[in-house]
Amino acid sequence: MRVCPTQAIRIKNGKAVILEEKCIDCGECITACPNEAIVALTDPIGELNRFKYTVAIPSPALYAQFGRSILPDKILTGLKKIGFDDAHDLAITCGDTSLAIEHFLEEYSGPKPLISNCCPSVVSLIQVRYPQLVDHIIPIKLPKRLAAKEIKERKSKELGLKPDEIGTFYITPCPVKMIAIKQPPSEEECYLDGAISIADIYGPLLSVLESEDKGSYRKSLESICILGIGWAVAGGMHRTQGLKNVLDVSGIAEIIATFDDIERGKLQNIDLIVPYTCPQGCVGGSLTVENRYISYNKILRLLEKLEQENVEACRDKREIRERYRQKYFHMQQKYEPRPIQALDEDLGKAIMKRERKQRIYDSLPKVDCGICGAPTCLTFAEDVVKGDAQLSDCIFNVPSRFKELTGELFRLLDTFGSMSEGKGRKPRKEKRRKKS
Amino acid sequence: MVSRHDLSHAFRIKGRNFSKAGSVSIDIKEILRELGIDPAIVRRAAIAAYEAEMNVVMYADKGEMILRLNPKAIRITLEDEGPGIEDIEMAMQEGYSTATEEIREMGFGAGMGLPNIKKNADVFELKSTVGKGTSYNIIIYLNSTGKT
Repeated sequence: MRVCPTQAIRIKNGKAVILEEKCIDCGECITACPNEAIVALTDPIGELNRFKYTVAIPSPALYAQFGRSILPDKILTGLKKIGFDDAHDLAITCGDTSLAIEHFLEEYSGPKPLISNCCPSVVSLIQVRYPQLVDHIIPIKLPKRLAAKEIKERKSKELGLKPDEIGTFYITPCPVKMIAIKQPPSEEECYLDGAISIADIYGPLLSVLESEDKGSYRKSLESICILGIGWAVAGGMHRTQGLKNVLDVSGIAEIIATFDDIERGKLQNIDLIVPYTCPQGCVGGSLTVENRYISYNKILRLLEKLEQENVEACRDKREIRERYRQKYFHMQQKYEPRPIQALDEDLGKAIMKRERKQRIYDSLPKVDCGICGAPTCLTFAEDVVKGDAQLSDCIFNVPSRFKELTGELFRLLDTFGSMSEGKGRKPRKEKRRKKS
Repeated sequence: MVSRHDLSHAFRIKGRNFSKAGSVSIDIKEILRELGIDPAIVRRAAIAAYEAEMNVVMYADKGEMILRLNPKAIRITLEDEGPGIEDIEMAMQEGYSTATEEIREMGFGAGMGLPNIKKNADVFELKSTVGKGTSYNIIIYLNSTGKT
């Protein structure tokens, strides 16, 4: 409950409830919850049967989940072995998009810094908490959407199938990408049919993977797009392009601090900020398997190797430039803000409610114990003012309730006939019991 | 014209406390947002409040900022105790700064603070007594389309 960066979780009747309007789908709660009470809504592999032809589109973060001797092409082959008809190397589309972003930066003259839209959770965070920054988000389509569209168009032509008979599945490192598929943050049409979590596919995939032998290693290496593979880690996206004045930020608290700075008018000399909600980037996603620092390291070593060996394997730059000119990469619609509801639509009433909230907050113990079901005393005060919680939900705040409970305890003790202990300590005992 | 619908909130700012610098403007931003003020206006108020706050942190000993809000306007006033400003006209010019090398090294003191407040406010009044302190009066109208 407390790890939620937007205070969107409440405990109601012993169960965690997520307030949709506040949730930015970052996945922090999934990573933190020891009881696995919160799970991501990803698709089971069985979903593949719904389609005549299926294509896997794995996030480049998948490439970092296995040993160093297993390169992307082996993983793509593995995906075909476990049931997909084809597997698309998303890193190549990421590489195209990197170039498109570079073109966009060259001709851009609006407010700075621009903010990358690669992490959908960041986009939601901006829409909810920083509505005035939506104009800073880069309006370039996401690689996985571009890839899905391209695959559907190409495969339906090649195979003579209808586009909806072809299933495109994103292999995702985090829950947010799943939600971004089901409910895109903008009204952009989506060609992805589902998302399968890396964690779900890891086991089956591992059992069919083959290590590279000496002969195939070089060939495999040469198939990797250096511009795209880095999308999986913070700092990897623009590394090869050598863009200056770009900041890489990862981790939700860091992002919030950075956005606060932008809102105060700082960082205007920075061209682009590339934020990832998960620490270290997508490799740190809550649906990944490998330790995020290990997988971060793997991508980094791979990038170094590619640089050393001078391998690029990306699509032709002139072709991308031509596509960019034809607006292939541009989003048709802009991102819209979705600010958190104000306390009241009427300003006068909102001010009164705020004052009441302040009074309530002042009366609370401010220990953020969480027994009321809200993560902090401040959010509890807000819930009370909004009518979503009652003052009596706070066990510290209401002496009458406390008295009631104490009385109940004494009655219980009487019943059991054990009155030998000192009475002063009993209320505390009761309190502890109520907590658990 | 003070009615019970008006909001008034005071914040204390300590001079030279760079670790807390900027927190008052964040609080102000949160309050205004919670009250449903137009995001563009919240941003202008946040920038103006931040620059004023930073002036206290950089130059003064301490200050008190008061946020007031009625259905027509946001008013931010700030009284600080410190060296004051010798030449207000000069200080209002972009790029003019009396910041020390140490402050500049931290990325502050570029001489944009006061001009930035002026740019974001509808009304900006500044009074100063050398050796005593400076007072700021910043007003941003809620129905204005903004000067930006």
